[in-house]
Amino acid sequence: MQLRKNMAISENGFLFNPSTGDSYSANPVAAEILNRLRAGDSPDVVKQSILEKYDVNAGELEKDWDDFVAQLRAAQLLA
Amino acid sequence: MPAEQPITIAVTGLNAIDSPGPGVAVIRALRDGFPNQIRIIGLSYETLEPGIYMTDIVDKVYQIPYPSAGKDALFARIQYIHEREKLNVLIPNFDAELYNFIKLGPSLQAIGIHTFLPSQEQFDARDKVHLAAFGRQHGLAVPGDRVIYQEHELYACAELFGYPLVVKGKFYDAVVAHTMEQAQKGFHKLSAKWGFPIIVQQFIAGTEINIAVLGDGKGQAISIIPMRKLYITDKGKAWAGITLEDPSLLELARQFVAATQWRGGCELEIMRAADGTPYIMEVNPRFPAWIYLTAGAGQNQPAALARMALGETIAPYTDYEVGKIFIRYAWDLITDVQAFQTISGLGER
Repeated sequence: MQLRKNMAISENGFLFNPSTGDSYSANPVAAEILNRLRAGDSPDVVKQSILEKYDVNAGELEKDWDDFVAQLRAAQLLA
Repeated sequence: MPAEQPITIAVTGLNAIDSPGPGVAVIRALRDGFPNQIRIIGLSYETLEPGIYMTDIVDKVYQIPYPSAGKDALFARIQYIHEREKLNVLIPNFDAELYNFIKLGPSLQAIGIHTFLPSQEQFDARDKVHLAAFGRQHGLAVPGDRVIYQEHELYACAELFGYPLVVKGKFYDAVVAHTMEQAQKGFHKLSAKWGFPIIVQQFIAGTEINIAVLGDGKGQAISIIPMRKLYITDKGKAWAGITLEDPSLLELARQFVAATQWRGGCELEIMRAADGTPYIMEVNPRFPAWIYLTAGAGQNQPAALARMALGETIAPYTDYEVGKIFIRYAWDLITDVQAFQTISGLGER
């Protein structure tokens, strides 16, 4: 999974896709994930970090992760 | 003329209404581009065009004859204005007036008024009646269309394009028809309003994008700013919009300018289909009403056009701010009846 290079994300989770002009609000966990992915962390590393930091089991995380990726794809935020 | 010297620029399109002319936006950009060294002469058609009364926008206003009065009447009026104002540049902003101004280009130049307009051939080629042929000639993606004169021809169009299809007026307006009845209704409404022919166009679903373009007349695009409408009025006009970053749109505009050798400002109306193909839906042969966004984003197209009209060579812009937004607003300007009376009675104020 690779994020669009020109996607902009602010500290408070405001997402902007400069190619389409669309903008979105990411919740704090989504913003954390996106910022770590942009910083170069792999999805597996980010997932492990989420499991350690939040009260969530691996099955729930996988399901939510897939939903999140589908939303990113629909928003044309993946490269 | 060196840019440092004061210049006088005449601008049309002062109708800053809900479906606005570009004049006020063009003037704002010019004032940004030539701070403290510019005099703006507004040219109006009707007495209630808001720009006439915006004294921080125009220094002086003159009414000019409608395009239907012909180019000789227009030239006589421009000469009268020129004798008083010593115009350096004239920037027309309406499709309907461009024919006369293009024809008058050499005469205006001879008396010292510079324009920077497309040629008559360029102007005609991008007409919506010729758009499909124009696209084929230059290898640009345009929707399929048929130019028709009779209602029964709609059946063949429906057979060819399926539904929905777009029924377009010769000059303005369009109807998206989902049935033959809607297509027929659109045909009669648009032909009654704008005359013949009617253009029936393939419907392209997608994202509507507009590109403001400035060509140097030698095949080079001096400025390209793509914008997506964020808020659209019931007339389909942008009430808010945002600049985009998309190399494919810049390339399309460069291809357009290279193919046509476009001289002056224009607006490409684009529909980006689901597969990513950017279709050119229409080419407007003048600046759009949202042109001030180009100045806000770092490429002041009206100022660059004025400089080129005056003979300067302008290097193509390379950067602009992505994510720059314009939001149009309505504002009740209060003036006195004397102002209205002056423009109505004297044709100038």
